[in-house]
Amino acid sequence: MALALGALLAAACVVFVARPLLRPARGREDELGKPTAEEEARLRLLEERDRALAALKELEFDHRTGKISDEDYRALVGPLRHDAGEALRALEHEDRPEREPETVDVEQHLP
Amino acid sequence: MPELGRAALVAALGLIVYAVAAGGYAAWKGRRRLLDSAVNALYASFAAVAVASLVLLGALAANDFSFDYVARLTSRELPLGYTLAAFWSGQEGSLLLWLLVLTGSASAAVALNRRLVREVLPWTIPIVAGVAFFFAFLLVVVASPFATQPAPADGAGMNPSLQNPYMIAHPPMLYLGYVGLTIPFAFAMAALASRQVDERWIVVTRRWTLAAWTFLGFGILLGAKWAYEEVGWGGWYAWDPVENAALMPWLVATAFLHSVMVQEKKNMLRVWNVVLVAGAFLLSLFGTFLTRSGVISSIHSFTQSSIGPFFLGFIAVVAAFSIALILSRLTVLRSPTRLESLVSREAAFLYNNLFLVALALTILWGVIYPLVSEAVRGVAVSVGAPYYDFFAIVFGLPLVLLMGIGPVVAWRRASLRALASQLAWPAGLALAAGALLVLAGAGSSPAGLVGYTFAVFVMTTIVLEFVRGTRARKGLGTGGWWTAFSGLVARNRRRYGGYVVHAAIVVLLIGAVGIGGFSTSSEARLAQGESMTVGDYRLVYTGSEERRGANAQEVRAQLDVYRGDDRVGTMEAGKNSYFAEEQTSNEVGIRTDRLRGEDLFVIADRFYPDGSVVVEAIVNPLVNFIWLSALIFVLGSVVAMWPDAREQRRLAARLAGEGAPARA
Repeated sequence: MALALGALLAAACVVFVARPLLRPARGREDELGKPTAEEEARLRLLEERDRALAALKELEFDHRTGKISDEDYRALVGPLRHDAGEALRALEHEDRPEREPETVDVEQHLP
Repeated sequence: MPELGRAALVAALGLIVYAVAAGGYAAWKGRRRLLDSAVNALYASFAAVAVASLVLLGALAANDFSFDYVARLTSRELPLGYTLAAFWSGQEGSLLLWLLVLTGSASAAVALNRRLVREVLPWTIPIVAGVAFFFAFLLVVVASPFATQPAPADGAGMNPSLQNPYMIAHPPMLYLGYVGLTIPFAFAMAALASRQVDERWIVVTRRWTLAAWTFLGFGILLGAKWAYEEVGWGGWYAWDPVENAALMPWLVATAFLHSVMVQEKKNMLRVWNVVLVAGAFLLSLFGTFLTRSGVISSIHSFTQSSIGPFFLGFIAVVAAFSIALILSRLTVLRSPTRLESLVSREAAFLYNNLFLVALALTILWGVIYPLVSEAVRGVAVSVGAPYYDFFAIVFGLPLVLLMGIGPVVAWRRASLRALASQLAWPAGLALAAGALLVLAGAGSSPAGLVGYTFAVFVMTTIVLEFVRGTRARKGLGTGGWWTAFSGLVARNRRRYGGYVVHAAIVVLLIGAVGIGGFSTSSEARLAQGESMTVGDYRLVYTGSEERRGANAQEVRAQLDVYRGDDRVGTMEAGKNSYFAEEQTSNEVGIRTDRLRGEDLFVIADRFYPDGSVVVEAIVNPLVNFIWLSALIFVLGSVVAMWPDAREQRRLAARLAGEGAPARA
């Protein structure tokens, strides 16, 4: 009984493991896609954009709760807006390379 | 059924070997079908290990003493709960639990994250399967739980100190913690192997790390409660090597949970974070090694076994693999950003990390020094509580202070004026509390006084963080106070859940300082009718009673408890003599005063033929804050872990290459 159950378990495992290999391989379907240099660059830009926008939100909140003085706020908000704007412009340019880079309103992108 | 158990483990080993080989080849050559097959092998290995586990549980429930493991660890009279808990109270069973949790959590992590980290995942399979291979190999070749023998009439029973309800939950919690740290380790190493070192591996593993860390922390406190009740010396943490073994990976994982935020916010500390992940995992392996190898004399090391050299070899292999991989990827890991100011949130996290890691390393040195000394000089030495207490204070107090300062420092840089204004109330209240405590006579313990002053400082900061945050949100016109508060927490669960965890640490500190700095004790040999005093209490010995318990003969001294002239209750303390195990255990009496948070703790283990008994009584002030902290800790962790739908949408959108904007 126990041996039969063991054999059944082993057979089920073999079938389950072999199933993907029994699928016919069509063209490049069997290749694990690797990101291209452009995809990696875009991912980096998206990460930079998210990081800059999150930092801006955090700065606003810290300012409202008094952790950041008005003076520090004014000194920090400019570079952060610049970083976010750069990332947004770069992404915009990737989406529509034919368009000239234009001023991006960072506030519009803040959630 | 032992054949089925053995067959299931052999099948699991075969599947895991296949997952390592096929997964590794698929990741190297980029073969999708082979990778899918390796993933299926990982899933199937979990099923096979689950079958083996069911066989063992069935044998335990049926008192099948033809299983050597069941006969060694249980007896017919052992209550069912402890009989089933024997699954993890022996070496072979606990290794099986490790493998079950590992294959289960790895399968879940892979199934849930296949899309999000598709470039990292191929390398995750061979790495996680490589860890599983080690445990499957031990179970099949070295320490099988399915060894059989001619069944004896009864089993040898369970070590009496394990027969405690907290011992049913404590080991699985620790194992969930130890094993859970494999997941962030596997994803981190896979990210390095695939050179995809962006923040996705961190996002994917964040909740796994938090869950493992929560299980480990909760398990440590459950173990403390067990030690308090069962070991019977009146304390809760004794710096035992095996207690330390769980604390070290918890400290390093705590450092990681903080420093990973710096990577997410500032793209800094990328090398440091993978070092911490690898360190936490190595320490979790080291913890299992200490618990199971019997290399260190400890009340927890219930077994002397042959698995020690295998464990040391595996730890060395994992360490070498991690170091080589990290060194080979230093160029892609190097952070493009630098620290802008020493007065900033990221700097506070850095200081916190240095103290946490320094504390973990000093504890590690205390644990391994006796081994090194014996191996190198042939001299047996032990590292006692004063060593650990010293470093716990030296590194622990600044850490507590940082828990109060860190949250009010802004990211990037903060002016000292803004910081001073944020800290004015907490510092003022802390100093006032310190002065009040001195007036109340608490100055007898300087360490206790400093501890309570710091506790007030941190708790005030936490409360103010919630108040200021809620007020700021209300100022946005988002509704009433409750709406503002719930919105505040819901929009940043990790931060506010983290503050609740900080509150738990403060509550733990209050309890630890109470028992460490202000407990009082008294010992006396009492004849029937005689009394003794301890603190505000008077204990009157009214006699002793012998009775038969479920699986032991129990003897109890009975005491009436008075506070002033009021009789506030009765207590029992004594010892048990176990039939099957042929061992005795000390059974303490504990009377909890919930209003004061204190315990009256009574030990009575020396009974004399003339009817007298030696009673040791201890008053442990505020000790119940330690147990309360465990609940607050879990609450905070759950808040921090709770899934954030907006973040999931953001990541999904980023992966699709579009991206909704991030939220703070």
